[in-house]
Amino acid sequence: MSQVADVQRERADDSSYDGLRIRELTKSYGVFTAVQHLDLDIPRGSFIALLGPSGCGKTTTLRMVAGLETPTSGSITLAGEDITFAKPYKRPVNTVFQNYALFPHLDIFENVAFGLKRRKVKDVEQQVRDMLDLVELGSQTRKKPAQLSGGQQQRVALARALINRPEVLLLDEPLGALDLKLRRSMQIEIKRIQVEVGLTFVHVTHDQEEAMTMADTVAVMNAGVIEQLGAPAELYENPRSTFVANFLGQSNLIEGTVLGRSADVTTVDMHGIQVSVPTERTHTDGDKGWIGIRPEKVLIGEVGEELDAPGNTIPGGVVSDVSFNGVSTQYLVRMPWGQELQVFQQNTGRVRLFRSGEPVELSWRPEYAFLLDFSQDASAGAQKGDD
Amino acid sequence: MTSTAGVAPVAAADVRADTGRRRGRTGYLLLLPAFLTLLLFFVLPFYSLVATSLYDPSGSDIEGYSMTYHVANYWDALQEFWRPLLRSLWYGAIATVICLVLGYVLAYAMAFKAGRWKYLLLVLVIAPFFTSFLVRTLSWKLILADDGYVVDLLQFLHILGEDGRLLATPVAVVAGLVYNFLPFMILPLFASLDRIDHRLVEASSDLYASPFVGFFKVTWPLSLPGVVSGTLLTFIPAVGDYINQVLLGSPNQRMIGSVIQSQFVDANNYPSAASLSTMLMLLILAMVLVYIRRAGTEELL
Repeated sequence: MSQVADVQRERADDSSYDGLRIRELTKSYGVFTAVQHLDLDIPRGSFIALLGPSGCGKTTTLRMVAGLETPTSGSITLAGEDITFAKPYKRPVNTVFQNYALFPHLDIFENVAFGLKRRKVKDVEQQVRDMLDLVELGSQTRKKPAQLSGGQQQRVALARALINRPEVLLLDEPLGALDLKLRRSMQIEIKRIQVEVGLTFVHVTHDQEEAMTMADTVAVMNAGVIEQLGAPAELYENPRSTFVANFLGQSNLIEGTVLGRSADVTTVDMHGIQVSVPTERTHTDGDKGWIGIRPEKVLIGEVGEELDAPGNTIPGGVVSDVSFNGVSTQYLVRMPWGQELQVFQQNTGRVRLFRSGEPVELSWRPEYAFLLDFSQDASAGAQKGDD
Repeated sequence: MTSTAGVAPVAAADVRADTGRRRGRTGYLLLLPAFLTLLLFFVLPFYSLVATSLYDPSGSDIEGYSMTYHVANYWDALQEFWRPLLRSLWYGAIATVICLVLGYVLAYAMAFKAGRWKYLLLVLVIAPFFTSFLVRTLSWKLILADDGYVVDLLQFLHILGEDGRLLATPVAVVAGLVYNFLPFMILPLFASLDRIDHRLVEASSDLYASPFVGFFKVTWPLSLPGVVSGTLLTFIPAVGDYINQVLLGSPNQRMIGSVIQSQFVDANNYPSAASLSTMLMLLILAMVLVYIRRAGTEELL
């Protein structure tokens, strides 16, 4: 499953690559393997998010790049230099820690100046002032970390790492401790700073929305491997595995049997209804597969109604649950084969709301559907309502 | 979260207005046992000690003593016993420094490197308290004995001369002090080192500090509260100690503790003993205050 795209893209010499390159990286703790044969290329100046549930190996990967964990095997090269076993204090890599890890005995100024002073850089005073202005903390320099709010501490942690102008800035769940509203504004803030300074950012998070909002590239990790890597929209629209389909947003996954494959479409029998899936969205070679469709791509209409979705129409549904959210309405529709499908409908005012128990027809445009391997668990990566 | 935080103070203020008076009285009532304990076990003995130090020295057990504000007691005691007094401060200081070095290494290892053995080591540090202080000090007498292994080895290595010995030397007294007060150093050091978030050390290393620099910039400053309380807990009792000198030393290593003891018990010179005690107390108090001020950790005590 891992990294087909990258392996194809280049086989260039490691020493000429100026970004962060991870090859065959593995970390085991006794019998438990946290990270397995991970390959990843992060071009200079990009913003990549490692996204996955807790325990998927994303933080371990980050700590190996920072030098805080020693890899069991594999290599890490940064700007052409092998840093696999370099000491953390000798790597041009800085980290924003999960709970910030600000030095409680030093004030904000000294915290931010820490890295510069250790490297005996000149003109510390001016650089620290500029950096604190960048994160809008210019007036708080002599306060201790404990006197600041969570959001301010977060910005100090960011400033303390950024001021060293590292080749790669690592962010380990940096917004996890903030409340929702602050998290949203910090996401935009961090993105702004990244564009402004132009450094490579590697962001670890379990929050799919955060990953998609901030990063140019998202790597979805599960059980120590990267399941899929790509731009947020690409991952969301065309997931390659059930894990990505469920972890990144929500998906309806319906069992189907492949009837035929042609140059552009795969025809699938879905409980007696023939549906088609584009070939570039077909990710299985087997006879059976999971037909996937995002809830917001499913249209709901009255029996016999003409819907704006030529192709796949599925009759015989009964609305079993309706929840009205203001912007949209979420339906659960029980299908003739017993499965409940999710449907999100925008409340544009053009269509009426259905009530529980009403018979309906569903349809979707074939180009939105995707077909996944049947051997995968259809509930892999599904959020259990705790997010 | 935020909405409850906004409401709570208002509700609390209402309650306070109603029951403020009664609650104040209950508060004092609850403090009463502590007041009585302090009065009985601190104020009265302290008053008695100071009063005794100002007795007329010509009194005796038979005739009785009279309190005459005889301040000259202090001067007399100082003239006679200034050597043991200084020696006590000196031995206490050396023992404290040795304890700090040994204790810091052990506490650091326990807090950061011992992993699952951490609490076993902690029990081992406390274990000596299960036997009597006297018995343990007496067994040091065997260890340092003239024909014991330690002296034999040191003589073999020509560190000690042919008839050199350890007992009845300052070395034995200081070694005894170090041994007996080491746990008092280790425990506060361990408590403050164990509290240090290991991620801070990682952060310092991430920010270009080598382990050596990281220790002095992060670990050491954060462990200062433990260093201050550990040195106080070691220095104060070590200066007043007399068991180690009596059992391991000779009259040449006489410390102020044993002077006070013999003045009280053997010489029946209560005013002299009491004035020495008061002086020792004031001296230590002054030193501690200066020390805490210098260490800049008033808020930590």
